[in-house]
Amino acid sequence: MLKKHEYPRLGEQCFTGTLENGLRLTVVPKLGFKKSMAFLAVRYGGVDRIYRQDGDLIETPAGAAHFLEHKVFEMDGGEDALSVLSQRGANANAFTAPDMTAFHFDCTDGFEDNLRLLLSFLSSPRFTEESVEREKPIILQEIRMMEDDPDDLMYYGLMNVLYSRSFLRESVAGTAESVAGITAGVLRRCHRDFYVPANMSLVVVGDQEPERIAQLAASLTPALSPRRPETVSPGPEKPLPAVMRTERAMDVGAPMFLAGVRTREGLVGRDSVRFELTASLALSSLLGAASPLYRRLYDEGLINETFGYDFENVAGFSHLSFGGETRDPGLVCLRVLEEASALAARGVDPDYFARRKRSVYGGAVRALNSFESICYNTAAGNFAGYDYFDVPSILDGVTAEDVRGFLAEYLTAEKCAISVINRKER
Amino acid sequence: MDKVAQIDIMRGVRLTAVRAGRFKTGFLSMTLLAPHTRKTASLNAVLPYVLRRGTARMPDSESIAAALDGMYGARIEPSIRKKGEVTMPGFWADFPDDAFLPEKTHILSGVTALMGELLLSPATKGGRLRGDFVESERQNLLDDIAAEINDKRSYASLKLVESMFRGESYGLSKLGTASDAARITVATLTRHYKELLATAPMEVFYCGAAEPESVAALVRQALSPLPRAPELVIPRTLNVTAVPSGPVKRVTERMDVTQGRLVMGFRLGKAMEDPDIAALNVFNAAFGGSVTGKLFANVRERLGLCYYAGSVIDRHKGALFVSAGIDFDRAGEVEAEILRQLDDLAAGRIDSRELEGARRAVISSVYSALDDPGGLESLYLDRAVTDESLRPEDLAAAAAGVSAEAIAGIAGSAVLSAVFFLTAEDEDA
Repeated sequence: MLKKHEYPRLGEQCFTGTLENGLRLTVVPKLGFKKSMAFLAVRYGGVDRIYRQDGDLIETPAGAAHFLEHKVFEMDGGEDALSVLSQRGANANAFTAPDMTAFHFDCTDGFEDNLRLLLSFLSSPRFTEESVEREKPIILQEIRMMEDDPDDLMYYGLMNVLYSRSFLRESVAGTAESVAGITAGVLRRCHRDFYVPANMSLVVVGDQEPERIAQLAASLTPALSPRRPETVSPGPEKPLPAVMRTERAMDVGAPMFLAGVRTREGLVGRDSVRFELTASLALSSLLGAASPLYRRLYDEGLINETFGYDFENVAGFSHLSFGGETRDPGLVCLRVLEEASALAARGVDPDYFARRKRSVYGGAVRALNSFESICYNTAAGNFAGYDYFDVPSILDGVTAEDVRGFLAEYLTAEKCAISVINRKER
Repeated sequence: MDKVAQIDIMRGVRLTAVRAGRFKTGFLSMTLLAPHTRKTASLNAVLPYVLRRGTARMPDSESIAAALDGMYGARIEPSIRKKGEVTMPGFWADFPDDAFLPEKTHILSGVTALMGELLLSPATKGGRLRGDFVESERQNLLDDIAAEINDKRSYASLKLVESMFRGESYGLSKLGTASDAARITVATLTRHYKELLATAPMEVFYCGAAEPESVAALVRQALSPLPRAPELVIPRTLNVTAVPSGPVKRVTERMDVTQGRLVMGFRLGKAMEDPDIAALNVFNAAFGGSVTGKLFANVRERLGLCYYAGSVIDRHKGALFVSAGIDFDRAGEVEAEILRQLDDLAAGRIDSRELEGARRAVISSVYSALDDPGGLESLYLDRAVTDESLRPEDLAAAAAGVSAEAIAGIAGSAVLSAVFFLTAEDEDA
């Protein structure tokens, strides 16, 4: 029932299919590895706070998806299926992102039994009102730990100036207040509405038999699946950031900043991959470690090896960001924007562009070493309608002109907001 | 199983080559081994970063970056590591395997040559390392030392180690101190560089699809200019079995934090006299090294005393560290509970499920490391530093047979030596 795809250029193949209940399945055989990994992703995350189901408009507290991630694998007696997996020697974990919740494990022994356990917990949650209350202090500690992390605070600082409404502004874990309002009833409802096979993707990477995995998955997941509820947006974003700069002081060694620009909305399918690759090439040409600008800023002592960039396509929005430690965030930001406008005016040198492209290609090949990366990107591709293994062929089609257009459109002062963590005087 | 070859390249330079065709990338590292001392820590920490800035042939980072781009984004990165009291400046590289590239290239030879060049043929001025490179990398090192405070969990661990091992070089951060870093000059660094090259043993590690003999030939050629002094300096870690006398050292630091961090340091004493590496690993997994261990199961899950609680062992130094994120007013309670869990292990109170979970955690982590080139390198480097002959596969097999008595013996030999507590600045803490 699975379809085989071959990627001879990458030395990879994969088997994909959708089960009758709507669960999307991808198996990537990796011969010669002792380790196998299973990754179960639910298209439900921190931003899915308001949704429509059966005509009702349902509003849930910030942090509900993350809280559910903590409780969904609870077994009778308070033990957790993920810790049972660990007990068996597997390396098991879970995370909640703005638009995805994922449960995964890798192991070198007993893979099928472990997969059975993982899948058998999806249909009926067993948490209770008491066990939900017991979890609250643990989640509060997790929130506090993030509040001590300068990178987290800087990131959410940027999200709060870049976005005026989107739930990307909030930490996926929620706040002390919002978590206090989460009950077993809320979690049960979210589970019933979102943890349905048609809203999930299972990815298996390792030396496994694809059809066997498909049979297992079909026998362990519910036969029927309702449709995923429709998430309701808190409202459109303003074209430009409402606030250009946010700052706070912490116990850090050196000041640091993260600057960002919102880019295109509603990206799906191969277009989203093409846009993401264009963004990567543009940012790497402009300010990557091999760029003339990086070298000048580094030589002047304005940046150090913490300087870097990122591009995220998440929950219907996309944005770029760059930053690191510096004594003068405003100046570094200004120099980046000046260089972007110069590069957009003169265009990217063809030889330089070809080298950047080769480097991005090498990076894509390298990422195929990581089971985690294959799993995450394949699941994200399943949800967004593209094939992760097509990335190299899509890269072939990105041109220097695309990169120039990207720089001209997005790297401008009125679109660029900045989040700064200053050093607290002690 | 992978074919592993160890080949002597020249005096004090050994290549470990793991032939494995399952990876998409090759991995290569060249690592110098030197004693970790107050005088040289900052020099060793800054050196690979200065060397990475330019070579005689490629005098700036842009031209090096261009060469790496041409090799499909191969990465060659400087690194500084510390295992026990051995410090390890060097470089590591990963690069796409030739089989998966659109055009036929031979990236391994390019990467090996470039790494040798970075190590042996730096950009110089008047016979010395370049002043501007030294100056800016010294500043970056100072920034890195200052940034140790950013991650509160690792900062608390660093401070614990510093107070617990005061007077021993182990207590010194791998980056050295800010005051030593500030004193680095072109002259001291150039002198140190020459001495280090001549006297330090070097471990070269490769993992990938190439034949070990052909890798050895490339490495031999790349390192042919390496000077070798008549006597090499073989670094050793001291006081591995020592147990301090006197009271537990206690340090509390106040900072603007929302969560307290408690770190406890133990010496393993007589368990290190004839150390059983497999038993040490299984003990640590049973105590706090895995989520099936006692600390996670009891201190976090059952009692809800902390957000995280975990332990690590430094077998090179014979030390055990426990780290926990806690409420400010619960330090005493958490500390007592952690000691109680250790006492339980020492008294043999471990059920068959806990024991089996710990064994499996160790076996699984060893096997998983075999599927990761960086993990493999670290395992083989551990062997080089401790001069042991246990292969990773042997370690996994031995872990399966570790007994509750062996774990009790290790737990019983652990002696609490220091406690560090990071807490809030307010008076209500």
